[in-house]
Amino acid sequence: MKKWLNVLEKNKRLQATVIGMYIATTFISLYLAQKSVVAFLLLLSSLLFLYFTSFSNRVKWVIGILVLSVLLPLAASQGEAYQSYMEVATLVGIYIAMALGLNIVVGLAGLLDLGFVAFFAIGAYTYGIFATAQANNFMPFGHYPLSGESFWIFLIIGCIVAAIFGVLLGIPVLRVKGDYLAIVTLGFGEIIRIIFNNLDKPVNITNGAMGLASVQPPKLFGIEFMYPSQFYYVVLVILLLTIFIVRRLEYSKIGRAWKAVRENEIAAQAMGIPLVRTKLMAFAVGASFSGMMGVVFAAKQTFVDPTSFTLLESITILVMVILGGMGSVPGVILGAALVTILNLQVLTELTNWLNQLSLSGVVHIPDALSPAKMQRFIFGLILIVFALYRPQGLLPAKNPRFDEKELKSGVTNVADGKEGAKGVYFNG
Amino acid sequence: MSILTVKQLTKQFGGLIANNNIDMDVQKGSITAVIGPNGAGKTTLFNMVTGVYQPTSGDILLNGESLVGLKPHQVAQKGISRTFQNIRLFRAMTVLENVMVGMHTHLRSGLFHMILSTPLMRKEEKEAKQEAYRLLQYVGLESLYNEEAKNLPYGAQRKLEIARALATKPKVLLLDEPAAGMNPKETAELTKLIYDMREQLQLTIILIEHDMKLVMEISEHIIVLDHGEKIAEGTPDDIRNNEKVIEAYLGKGATTAS
Repeated sequence: MKKWLNVLEKNKRLQATVIGMYIATTFISLYLAQKSVVAFLLLLSSLLFLYFTSFSNRVKWVIGILVLSVLLPLAASQGEAYQSYMEVATLVGIYIAMALGLNIVVGLAGLLDLGFVAFFAIGAYTYGIFATAQANNFMPFGHYPLSGESFWIFLIIGCIVAAIFGVLLGIPVLRVKGDYLAIVTLGFGEIIRIIFNNLDKPVNITNGAMGLASVQPPKLFGIEFMYPSQFYYVVLVILLLTIFIVRRLEYSKIGRAWKAVRENEIAAQAMGIPLVRTKLMAFAVGASFSGMMGVVFAAKQTFVDPTSFTLLESITILVMVILGGMGSVPGVILGAALVTILNLQVLTELTNWLNQLSLSGVVHIPDALSPAKMQRFIFGLILIVFALYRPQGLLPAKNPRFDEKELKSGVTNVADGKEGAKGVYFNG
Repeated sequence: MSILTVKQLTKQFGGLIANNNIDMDVQKGSITAVIGPNGAGKTTLFNMVTGVYQPTSGDILLNGESLVGLKPHQVAQKGISRTFQNIRLFRAMTVLENVMVGMHTHLRSGLFHMILSTPLMRKEEKEAKQEAYRLLQYVGLESLYNEEAKNLPYGAQRKLEIARALATKPKVLLLDEPAAGMNPKETAELTKLIYDMREQLQLTIILIEHDMKLVMEISEHIIVLDHGEKIAEGTPDDIRNNEKVIEAYLGKGATTAS
């Protein structure tokens, strides 16, 4: 086995053949066997294999985008299960973007945030309020609901509003550290949910526990977005943008500053890094992705109420980050995909199967033990197992490797001569 | 010409007076040592100069400009950099990244440059990398540039802290027990490095050190603290023969040694 892997590792053409055949096989099996969840998951996992190939990054991206934007929808489109597959894929995308946002806060900047879903809620409510008749209750001007075209502007607005709340939360909260920070953010998450739950009096802003119903579907060039298969593409575009931005930030000056703050606050400050500003930036950037996805979520569900934003959601997102590998973008993507699919597909399928078994009288499983209800138990188990055996996560974070040639191509060597030392560095 | 002036600096932690009315005048381009028994208030003095602690009273002037009230990162931007007594590296980052963090304030590109990876930003990053590599060469760690900082041997970690401090382009460099835990060979290398930095990079260096051989060898000016008070200052020869210092810190053997 190991020998084979070694051969595979060295031979690019072989890799191309294997991954091509894999994608083709899973594509055809999903195309033909429509109700096969397994085929759907296998096709999705081709992206994971793609990650491990030794192609250049550009090739990987092109193949990945091709699979996601053409092959997956096409293969799934041949039957009744189409929309439910796309629904799952859309939710996976939403959770990945949120997990990437949280990864900046927890993984890179090292600030444990247990109330992260609050920003998602803020994004969802921002669109929900103005895309229903709700805004008429307190806005003195304008006519609501706004049309579906406004959705695209609200993506930006949701992003900005969430970022602002990220900063507002950060200013008081960042005075405490570590465990205390976790507890305070947990409190913040709950406060936001409870405020939304109760903000129907004195002025009815959020419609309280009743929630906001019939949110306007987004509209583009006269086409209304109603189905998961359409939202899938919206989410895909935002997700790709998110990954792009997160990667760029990670390997830039601000990414280094985040990691430095995580590693040692005092030393980071001594190197001239403004502590509060850097942490606030992490909160704001992390929150903004979440807020943007909140807007999409509100439009997709066409219904927003506080029960979608409980503490369990925050914990779920944190589990994704820890499972995948804190600070590792590929890891977090994998973690988010696994946890979401486990939640939506595996557990529900398992429950259905067990129900069938008990209906046909083979075995009897009490309702309280159905896998769908064991979500928290399973998360707990996952966390314990990972803390014990793989604390770095599935795909641990990697430090950037530098190329010696590029490093050496600089001008004169400081150690070579006194002149060099003065001229090269200490001039600026 | 003095570059750093400390005037009647006092720090109280509750009832404990860690520093009491300390006066210090550091000449530009000099190597100054601060010595004294453990608990004398040497690191407290460093922490006040770098903005980690705010003084209870007194003033700190860098080129005539007061540093009191500034945050640590602002002090760093003014041109004071430091290393730490208990090594504080960014342990999970690579050696080269550690040095690049030191350049933070000198990299100008903003958020949009970073996201769009503009030519300006790429050029700046590339120069920063090369500069970081040169600094590693300077302290002799260039072969370890891709290692995680936590995997480095002890002496190398101390050197990396110096390289990282140099990356901030300081005018004044504070070294807090740079030779602690080093063997004689490493100490000799370090002594040369400190000397070279002053000569080649026109730095002003202030160091806290217990290794008297190193202190007496390279410093031009020595300040002795005991129980938070300055008990003596002067050239190495003055200090070696100062009765108060011998009693409080050096011990009787010091006059005959070295």
